[in-house]
Amino acid sequence: MTLKEVQQHLSAKVLVGEEYLDREVFSGCGSDLMSDVLAFVKDRVILLTGLVNPQVIRTAEMMDIHAIAFVRGKEPTEEVLKLAALKEMVVLSTEHPLYISCGLLYSNGLTGKKDE
Amino acid sequence: MKLRFEVDGDEFVLAGEASSKLKKVLMQLGISSQLIRKIAIAMYEAEINMVIHANGGFIDAEITPDKVFVSLSDTGPGIPDIELAMKEGYSTASDKVRELGFGAGMGLPNMKRYTDDMKVTSEVGKGTTVELTVFIS
Repeated sequence: MTLKEVQQHLSAKVLVGEEYLDREVFSGCGSDLMSDVLAFVKDRVILLTGLVNPQVIRTAEMMDIHAIAFVRGKEPTEEVLKLAALKEMVVLSTEHPLYISCGLLYSNGLTGKKDE
Repeated sequence: MKLRFEVDGDEFVLAGEASSKLKKVLMQLGISSQLIRKIAIAMYEAEINMVIHANGGFIDAEITPDKVFVSLSDTGPGIPDIELAMKEGYSTASDKVRELGFGAGMGLPNMKRYTDDMKVTSEVGKGTTVELTVFIS
């Protein structure tokens, strides 16, 4: 699924990385616990979370995750977005809660079966 | 190649900068992305631990043709029971740290998961040293 499609399914705003929306993701990881995110390595993942602190960007960076969707209408500070832009990430913000966001992506085909 | 990083214990916002810098160096050296990810995640977990438990410390990284070795030393409170601390889900982190997305009791287990060798030495009241090794095959 391309990030453009992700954006459409989640009715999300693009906060950073409009130019990278043609990138493809194979699976999603929905969690507010960064240590749990760090425990499960997959390729081409979009991270869905309600946390908006800078460590979300750092966690994504270490995991080679280049797409993040903030759920429940959360938007991080400019400083956090700057860090994400520096790392060439796509950052989305959706009004949907985490459960619904994951469900929308899964039911539209982002099942994680295409990863390595 | 040897690198040294100082980790500021007061700035949670900055935690992870050292790991980010090492990751960049490893990428420039052309090491495979899978290996870099392993060492970056393990070091990042250890760096976060230094900030949330031990008020910062020092990180020494050594890159040789066959391995990446990272040693993280702090002068924090120490770990009374390392075996217990290694258990998934066991955590002594504060509620504040948990609100930030950490303190799930996965830090030390994650370090072990992603490295080929991990050594923790700790003395209560004196500090902790975590040594992480990932072999380059």
